Formats: sequence, C-alpha cells, structure tokens
Amino acid sequence: MRPIVAAMRGIVKEFNHIRVLDQVHFELQQGEIHALLGENGAGKSTLMKILRGVYYPEEGEILIGGKPVRLRSAQDARANGVAMVFQEFSLVPSLTVAQNIFLTRESRSRLGLIDDRRDKKRATALLREMGVELDPGLRVEQLSTGYRQLTEIVAALSQDAQILILDEPTASLTHTETMALFSLLRRLRERGISIIYISHRMEEVFQIADRVTVLRDGKNIITEDIQNLTIQQVIEYILGRKANDEVPRSAFQHEPGYVPLLEVVRMNCGRGVRDVSFRLYSGEVLGIAGLMGSGRTELAQTLFGITPPQSGEIYVRGKRVVIASPEDSMRARMAFIPEDRRQQGLITMHTIKDNFELPLVVLGRLAKRKIWVDDRRSASLAETYVQQLKVRTDSIYKEVRLLSGGNQQKIVIAKWLSTDPDILIMDEPTAGVDIGTKTEILECVRQLANKGKGVLIISSELQELLAVSDRIIILKEGSIVQEMQRSDIQSEQQLHHILQGA
Amino acid sequence: MIEKTSSDNHPPVSISAAFTHFFRRFYWRDYVVYMTFVVIFAIFAVALYPSGFLNPNNLLNILRQTATISVMAVAMTFVLAAAEIDLSVGAVAGLASVVTAMSIARYGIVAGVVAGLTTGLLVGLINGFLATRIGIPSFLVTLGMQGIATGTAMWVTQTAPIPIANQMYTYIFGSGNVGPIPTLFIWTLAVFLTGHLCLKATPFGRQVLATGGNETAARYSGINTKKIKYITFVVMSMIAALAGMLYAGRLHSGRFQWGQGDELSVIAAVVLGGTSLFGGKGSVIGTIIGAILIGLINNGLILMGLEASQQMIVRGAIIIFAVALTGRKAQS
Repeated sequence: MRPIVAAMRGIVKEFNHIRVLDQVHFELQQGEIHALLGENGAGKSTLMKILRGVYYPEEGEILIGGKPVRLRSAQDARANGVAMVFQEFSLVPSLTVAQNIFLTRESRSRLGLIDDRRDKKRATALLREMGVELDPGLRVEQLSTGYRQLTEIVAALSQDAQILILDEPTASLTHTETMALFSLLRRLRERGISIIYISHRMEEVFQIADRVTVLRDGKNIITEDIQNLTIQQVIEYILGRKANDEVPRSAFQHEPGYVPLLEVVRMNCGRGVRDVSFRLYSGEVLGIAGLMGSGRTELAQTLFGITPPQSGEIYVRGKRVVIASPEDSMRARMAFIPEDRRQQGLITMHTIKDNFELPLVVLGRLAKRKIWVDDRRSASLAETYVQQLKVRTDSIYKEVRLLSGGNQQKIVIAKWLSTDPDILIMDEPTAGVDIGTKTEILECVRQLANKGKGVLIISSELQELLAVSDRIIILKEGSIVQEMQRSDIQSEQQLHHILQGA
Repeated sequence: MIEKTSSDNHPPVSISAAFTHFFRRFYWRDYVVYMTFVVIFAIFAVALYPSGFLNPNNLLNILRQTATISVMAVAMTFVLAAAEIDLSVGAVAGLASVVTAMSIARYGIVAGVVAGLTTGLLVGLINGFLATRIGIPSFLVTLGMQGIATGTAMWVTQTAPIPIANQMYTYIFGSGNVGPIPTLFIWTLAVFLTGHLCLKATPFGRQVLATGGNETAARYSGINTKKIKYITFVVMSMIAALAGMLYAGRLHSGRFQWGQGDELSVIAAVVLGGTSLFGGKGSVIGTIIGAILIGLINNGLILMGLEASQQMIVRGAIIIFAVALTGRKAQS
C-alpha cells in the first residue's frame, strides 16, 4: 500500500449546533486520485474547507505526512502542501499566465524590479514539464476556462503543492479540455501528487479516480477502490436509496399538419446563429446538442431576445411575433432558464421571494390597484412553488446566495414556471447540481411536456439529453446540421460520434 | 458550487441555539443609522442642553436646513440602488435656482417653475443618455455635468445673485408656513413618502433594486435595465432642480452657489441610511434619517462653538466611521 499523505480522523464540525460532519474519516494516499462524493449538503465542501484551513473542526485530528498539524488558516494549509484549484476565480485576468503562476513570488532583477522575462522562461519550463501546451505570455483573459484551470493547477504545483483539491473541475469544460485536464491529472499522479476530486459526474469519476469516499448527511458511507464498484452502486451510496435512472415518459407523436407551438424560420444573429429554422410542437422536448462554441447558448439567447435576431421570422402558434427584448419573448409566453444561474439567473444578494417575483412584476401580473406590487400574493405564490419543487430552505425570505447550487437552480425554475410559459428554453439546467436534484429537474421537464408545453433543452451531457428529449437537433458553427428522432439514436456513443463528426 | 451545509439541514434546535440563531439573523448593520442617530442625539441633548439644542426652534431649524439635502437624498437612493451615481446634483440645484429666478423676473411665477423643472429634465435626459445609451460611466458623465451646470449658472448671471421678489413663489417654495408647518416640511414629506412607497411597493422600485443587484440577471428576467437607469437619472436631476428652487425660495434669490458641494452630503446621507454604494439595496427611510443625522451633526458642532474648519474635520470623521459600520461588504 502506498504511504498516506493526509489523514483526517474523527472530524466533527458544527454550525449553530447543527452537526454537519459527524466523526468523519478521510485518508489520502500518495499518488492517488481520490473522488469525494455526496449530494449537496453532504459535507464534502465543509470537509475540504477544514483541510484547507478555512474552518477549524470541533473534534478530530489531521495528519499530514504522518505528523499531526493544526490548520488555522489557508496559509497554514498551503505551507503543508494543500492547494485548492478554483475555477478561474483566483487568477488576475489582465496578467499573463507566467505572471499569474508566480504572482507574489516573482523573480527580481538586480535592481529589485520584477523580471518578467525570467519568469516567462521559468513558466515555459514548468509548463513543458507538465506537458501543458500553453503560451505563458498570453493574458489569462484570452484563455478559455479549460486553460485557466490548467494555469491554476500549474500555479499551485509551482508552490510545491503535494495535495490538490479539485471541486467540479469539468463543470464548464469542453470534452477536449476535459481530456487535457485528465491527462495532466494522470501525469501528476505518476509524479506522486495526490488529488482529491469532487464531482457529480459519475462517468468522469469512473474514468479518472482510483478510490472513492462517499459522504451522506455528514457521515462516512464508504471508502473503496473504484474497481470494486459500479456506477449504480455509487449512486445508491450517495442517495441512500435506489435511483430511478429512467425518466418516466410517454412517447411523443404529433399529427402531421398540426400547427407548431414555435416555428423559427431562417433566424440569424451574429456569428452564433446562422439561418436557423426549426419547429417545436406542443408536448415535445426538443434537445439541442453541439460542441462548445457551436452556437447552442447563442440560439437560446437570440430566441429569448437577450441578443435579438437580426433577421428571420418567429411564429408562436402560427402567429408572427417580433422579438426585440426579453420582455417581448415573455409576452409571447416563452421562458428562459440560462446556463449561469449565479450571473444570469439570480440576484444572489436578494431573497428567494424577490428573485421569484421579478418576471411576474415585469409582466404586470402582480399588480394591486394598478400601481402597487401585491406582496401577499407574491409571497404565497413563492411558498407554493418552493414546496412544489421541494426547495430546501427555512424561509422564502432567505437570501439566495445562502442556498446550495441545486436549490438555487430550483429557484430559477420556479421563477419561470410561475409565468406559466408555453415554451420553456433551458440552457444546461442540471449543471453543477447533485444527482437527486438532477433527476427531479428532468422529471419536471417531462411533466411539463406531458402537460402540453414545448421544451427546448440544451445540454452537454448527452446521456441527459437522450433521457429527456423526443427529438434532437445538432448545431455546428451556428447552423443546424442534423435533426434526429430520439428513437433513431441507439446509444450515447452514437450521438457522441455524430457530434464529433458534425 | 459552494454548499452551505449548515443551512440545508434543520433538525430541531435547542433554545440557546435559537437564541444565537436570532442574533446571527439580526443584521445590525442595517440599523446602524438609527443607532448612531439615537446616540448622537442623546449626546447632544445632554452636552448641549445649556446651548439650547433641545429648543423646539433649534430642532425646527435643523429640519429646515436639511430639507434640500433630504429631498435630493431620496432621489439619490434610487440612483445608488440602481448601481449608478450622480455627482451633478448640487450644481444642478444651483443652475435651477438661477434659471427659476431669472424666469420669474421676466415672465412670472408659472414660467419660473416650469423653467426650473425643465432645466432638471434636460440635464437628466443628457446624463441618462450618456450613461445608459452611450455607456460612459455615470461617475464621469455627472462629474463633467457638474462643471457644465455650475459654469452655465455663473455665466448667465455673471456670478451675481438674482433676487426673487415674487412673494407667492417664496411662500410656496420654502419660506412660508401652512398654519404652524413650514412649506419646506411639506415638500420634504411629500418627496419622502412618494420615494418610500415607490421603492418599497411599486414595480419600478423592484426593478431598480434588481437592476442594481445584478444587471445581467435583471435583464434575463425581462427588465429593461437601461430604461430603468435612465428614469432614475431623469428623476434625480428633476428633484435636484426642485431642491434648487427650494433654495431659491428660502433665500429669496437664485445663485450658482446654492447647493454647491451638496452632492457629498447627499451621498453620505444615502449611504449612512443603509443603501449600498454598489447597488441592489436601498431604504428611503434610512436615507431621511441619514440626512437629518447630518443636519444634526452640523447643528451640534455649531452650537459647540467649533470653527468651520473644525466642523468639517469632525463631520468627515463621523461620516467615515458610520459608513464604515454600514458599508463594509459582508465576507462570505
């Protein structure tokens, strides 16, 4: 067995007398990729914050390299070789890759000035050593998310990090970028670096991890070599029950000649949307697939009026509508759940109720005696939707930033369902939410379709797209290149091949 | 991807836990302005009792002197809540006082009132256009407008005060009393109540807060954020013009110096009142208390016999202290 680089024993952590970690054990071997799994709220993040010195546990001990340590601050943790890779947040966009890697530890010339040229050479050497193809002279703002992340990892390793923590590292990466990340992680593993990998994406966990530890409700459930487990078993450990993978669905069929709910004819907008035409029928879930940059998000944003179409026609129930603003689309009974809930979906500093009511306020549906907002009605509607969607919160007057990712996403969904849309556009609705919530969201999509709504769903998780769609259109460089019935696609592999070849 | 584990599970809690929970929930920062107000008032009431601080006439005077600041601060609450800023308000007040005075002298009271408000309207349209349609940061637009407005007022009057002889005007705009109540109070109260209800209970208020809280998310919710911001600029300038007209009425003249430097007191009052400089959060009640607090401090310092220079130092220190308590962003 490989030596243990870090051990957390009997960790107990409480917040407001609520025990969020209860006698948790966690061991990390040298040169392993250890997946830490669990639903939102299971205690993964808290455990990692303890390892990073952000929180201090009530009970328990931490050993690093066999020696007990006290981690009182992030600096302590870093001094002990623990580094967390954040998604792009800790880089300075206007500085170069090299400048970011050596930030605060820059080389000095004889005059005491920063020697950028030497740092660039050091960075080049470091990047080559890690097998990352990246020009250290580029500014970080010029990089895609994937490369920003690689930069972060390199920066952490340049500070002699022995233990790397990655939280949902692939959430906004393309397939190629993910593969690049994985090959870097494997190389690091060979060099004896230990990696803690947090993710909700089981396929990826099974591709990359050596061992898994599952937490549920702040307790250890299992730690095991991944070879001895199946995806199904892991999901059961996470949920504490059997998961029903299949989303209940009734096969969709529309009669020929039936007026489509939404018809888009030769719609154009910039470089992202080119001559797009399609139809969406009542009761149908239309999946939109495409690689990153294929114009999926742009299509949704154009349709919703965020970037209004420059040409083309849009018909709702056979009637021509002109979309010049989001309000226009809302009046045409469309709703849009954007991909980035924190930036686009929610005002995180405001309460659940304040967020929930916005579309209704814009549509003037909460008016009381013409000029006032009917707060009582707004609150009772918010309550209803919070219960219906099983949002875990103690009050609708709680600030949204205090909710977990899955619950935040439910608030975005609630706020749009309240407008009773006919056409629902969803961009990556399950990104970064836990398995339980994901299933709930997908079931909700099917229910809406069964009620006669039309749903346009964008997802980079093909399995999800296949689970929920009746029909799939494939985008490339802003244009539709193929359209397929769900029944004509046999497997995820097949769809994957079509996408890569498209 | 940040989980708040603590808030997801809510098993029954003990009484002591509920107690700490309550104090965690009690956002005392939101009430700093009220506490500061009470503390300062109490200190002055005791220390300055012999100087007649509590004398009704003195208290009335405080309110009268802060009326113009209060009125502008109500509108500024909307501007800051929408995550914008307007530095031109003091200068616009001065310009409007001059325009009103000149128009009254030539064409009478109605023309004077219309001309004063139109001045505000025009400035607001220009500020709003440059800030929302052209996309120049409002800080720069309104800083430039400050110079333009003051310069114009100085130019058209050759820096001389323009007297106002129309008694009806001065009665309505700040010098008169309705029964025992000064008309200045009626104006302040009217603007305050309208502003408070507008921010608290109308769709417009909600949209201002949403726009300031996260403009992208507001736009994705269907709000025409540019229009909302545009309106706040126009209303701000018109209210600044009204404040200028109140100066003119109270002081029986129009002069470019009326209102000069008020923007700082106005913004300080708003921020003291708990409105975020970064937008998304605002309270008109807090603003009014903040404005009166500033008047209170001014008055107290005068009664203490401090020189103008010393007053400025103490006032600056108090404002920094109070804003430091309210304005610090919560660390997550």
